[in-house]
Amino acid sequence: MVSTSKQHRTDMARARGLGAAHHGVNHFIVERATSVALVPLCLWAVWAALKIAPSGYDGAVQLLASPINAVLAILLVLVSARHTSVGMRVVIEDYIDVKTTRVALLLLNTGVAGLAAAIAVFSILKVALPGLAGH
Amino acid sequence: MVQLTLPKNSKVVKGKHHPAPEGAKTVKTFKIYRYDPEGDAQPRWDTYDVDVSACGPMVLDVLLHIKNTMDPTLALRRSCREGVCGSCAMNIGGRNTLACTHGHADYSSGVSVSPLPSQPVLKDLVPDLNLFFAQYASIEPWLQTTTPEPQKEWNQAPADRQKLDGLYECILCACCTTSCPSYWWNGDKYLGPAALLQAYRWLADSRDEAKGERLDDLEDPFKLYRCHTIMNCAQVCPKGLNPAKAIAQIKALLVERVV
Repeated sequence: MVSTSKQHRTDMARARGLGAAHHGVNHFIVERATSVALVPLCLWAVWAALKIAPSGYDGAVQLLASPINAVLAILLVLVSARHTSVGMRVVIEDYIDVKTTRVALLLLNTGVAGLAAAIAVFSILKVALPGLAGH
Repeated sequence: MVQLTLPKNSKVVKGKHHPAPEGAKTVKTFKIYRYDPEGDAQPRWDTYDVDVSACGPMVLDVLLHIKNTMDPTLALRRSCREGVCGSCAMNIGGRNTLACTHGHADYSSGVSVSPLPSQPVLKDLVPDLNLFFAQYASIEPWLQTTTPEPQKEWNQAPADRQKLDGLYECILCACCTTSCPSYWWNGDKYLGPAALLQAYRWLADSRDEAKGERLDDLEDPFKLYRCHTIMNCAQVCPKGLNPAKAIAQIKALLVERVV
């Protein structure tokens, strides 16, 4: 029978593994804080969607001309992106066992969320700030 | 990637049928998982037609009746036969529980009996729980103090002692841990509900002086935060405990430490 390294590891060595990472609580707090923040932001998003629905792009420009609405839209994008990436991270950690795939997907997750947020924020600013819209 | 197909030795095939002895009065069929590690045979479901009027009221009585009168090759763990030792934990009718505290009258004929899920099977109904107990030992389940030991004993107020109710009663049967899907996926890193319930049992102990170190060792995305409050643990605990609540309290202590 071939002797493998797994056979010679004690159960305690397996249980202790590489020890505790000493992080996790911040993710836990961010998950919950972003969830709570998304409640009013989503309500605002529904209100905004209903408001601009009949008037199309011009309505959106008018809505985002208000600094409060523009800031809320940016907050919605940033908080959603953070919430999505933190949540997806948990799903990837749960189900992806192969280390290289896991690391690649975690990087992709952060990258996609960051890119989506950056594009969305830029788009909001372009509509909200007439100076940008000129180009 | 999560494994979606079963490895070869996890495919259970149809096994032997053991008919009831002649003159049996009340016959009930039990479908029992059998695996013999000696040889290459697949695990199988053997069926036993048991004369339940000839044995005691519990599922454990049925299993011992099978072993004593029908098939001595059946392997299972048992000891106290009254829900104190946790040895006879197994999956009965799709649910982890203790065979000694569940009456066979609660189950219909054809009920399946298999070892605790997700653990390597040593033989028949006997799972390998070495990693489970090592994970329990890794949370250092004993009183830790730096203050010199008092002459008599460590004092504890009655109110503080009450905080251990619902925690100290755990018998380490592994019903909760092996019922947890999160433990099935990441059992090599996630400590599981039983070990975490015990971790909280020592965090909640007013006499313990190692709270900080204990929390340090638990703050980990895998050791602790794989708990997604699925609640299977609380559903199956034969002692009626709530490991998910204890885990939530550990998470609350970690938040308390930083805010």
